[in-house]
Amino acid sequence: MSAAVLSTPTGSWDVERVRRDFPVLGQQVHGHPLAYLDNAATTQKPQTVVEALDHYYHHDNSNVHRGVHALAERATRDFEGARESVRRFINARSTREIVFLRGTTEAINLVASSFGQGLREGDEVILTAMEHHANIVPWQLLRERTGIVLRVVPITPSGELDLDALPGLFGPRTRLLALTHASNALGTINPVESIIKAAHEHEVPVLLDGAQAVPHLRVDVQALDCDFYAFSGHKLFGPTGIGVLYGRERLLEAMPPYQGGGEMIRTVSFEKTTFAGLPHRFEAGTPDIAGAIGLGRAIEYLESLDWEGAMAHEARLLDHATERLQAVPGLRIIGQAHEKVPLVSFVMDDVHPHDMGTILDHRGLAVRAGHHCAMPVMTFYRVPATSRASMAFYNTFDEIDRLAEALRYAREMLA
Amino acid sequence: MSEMSDLYQELILDHKRNPRNFRDMPDATRAVDGHNPLCGDQLRLFVKVADGRVEDVSFIGVGCAISVASASMLTEAVRGKTVEEAQRLFAEMHDLLTSDHPHTDPAELGSLGALAGVHEYPMRVKCATLSWHTLDTALTGDEESVTTE
Repeated sequence: MSAAVLSTPTGSWDVERVRRDFPVLGQQVHGHPLAYLDNAATTQKPQTVVEALDHYYHHDNSNVHRGVHALAERATRDFEGARESVRRFINARSTREIVFLRGTTEAINLVASSFGQGLREGDEVILTAMEHHANIVPWQLLRERTGIVLRVVPITPSGELDLDALPGLFGPRTRLLALTHASNALGTINPVESIIKAAHEHEVPVLLDGAQAVPHLRVDVQALDCDFYAFSGHKLFGPTGIGVLYGRERLLEAMPPYQGGGEMIRTVSFEKTTFAGLPHRFEAGTPDIAGAIGLGRAIEYLESLDWEGAMAHEARLLDHATERLQAVPGLRIIGQAHEKVPLVSFVMDDVHPHDMGTILDHRGLAVRAGHHCAMPVMTFYRVPATSRASMAFYNTFDEIDRLAEALRYAREMLA
Repeated sequence: MSEMSDLYQELILDHKRNPRNFRDMPDATRAVDGHNPLCGDQLRLFVKVADGRVEDVSFIGVGCAISVASASMLTEAVRGKTVEEAQRLFAEMHDLLTSDHPHTDPAELGSLGALAGVHEYPMRVKCATLSWHTLDTALTGDEESVTTE
């Protein structure tokens, strides 16, 4: 390790102590210490989250919202307690605005399906050119069903939204603006406050895809004044299979149910069914109870950390990675926005991302190679795929240095 | 886990850097597109078959080192063979790359044996088999394109 690395400021963030909360990080891969740099795909889970799942199945497993026995009461209390943790975490007004779903994808599908029922042929939805497929395809399915029109905010070569184009996209038929808070393929953090303000001036509600933002930014849905906010538990150090849709109560109240079944009804007869109130109206069937409890625990864990310290550490990791990777011969960073979450997407002359992924894996470095479910972004940059190193507060400067060194080696070997 | 050099042998890297028969073929009797949606590898394989024999074979496209080298080596191995011989070779390569207990001896496949190391990398097997599946379709099927899914 060079002197420059040793003198890299680490502030007050004790990364080694935090890493001990994540036992999975301590393993060896192909004879090297694991450097997990695929956090934008999914984050690792702290021990306390794993224990919450374990405890639930060992002691409290029961269905929720029915049955009066002790286990049902405990399961319901903890499940609804997790909903309150989510509400507090994103500062929603009420738990009525917090819908548990499988993840960001299902949350956006719910809005496209349910809010979308109010849209007519010729109505318009605005998306952006940096959306994940999860915020493109549900709207295309709606377009096939109802004949809505999709408009797309373009991006600039640096990977930022071309906001000069936005005013021209609003029209009398615009019904929704759906965009990502932070891009999974580029890292760009979008200036959503001003975008939401502009949309509201046109009386257009805004949905934010927060999958990549919640792990790295403090999200306050009231301060943002967004109308829908979708995110996944597994990218927020919680379990897979659980996610959240925040919806402004007034909008959720007016929306028809998403799926029908148990849990979402008040009374059912063959003549007429009345639906449950918020948020249960949108939660048909037995939910992922353990997953929700695990997500609640993940949030409590995050709240126990020095969040400012964690964010400062991530910012330094991003600066360090950008500097180190830029210095690697033949490497080009894709996405150089001013404000980014801590991820670096890149391509290297003569080295395909898939070969890169294999070579890095051999050195214990886990990165993602591919189109990142954002094929329009790949098309814009005229690349078939990129490699992506995405960081979390438990990553170290040493891991970044190992990555940079392995990238030089890959180029020497393959180019 | 095997060494990185078992996968990226010098012969494979040579084919990656200088792919053989990397050209369009206007008079091809069949042209088939092969696509690996997982990683974006995309190639177009051309064959010219006359009297049951592969007179010429070439490809164009983009892909990782393994898929480009595999396609390049394929063109060298298949040219001049009868359609039956080429199909047998496809079957042997498929066996070598995908089965846990292959019957095929890589030593008998000449330079193609260099691809045997791919078997140790399950995520990469499709990279190596893409061009071979495309060849199989070009020789026996009537589809215009192949994907690895």
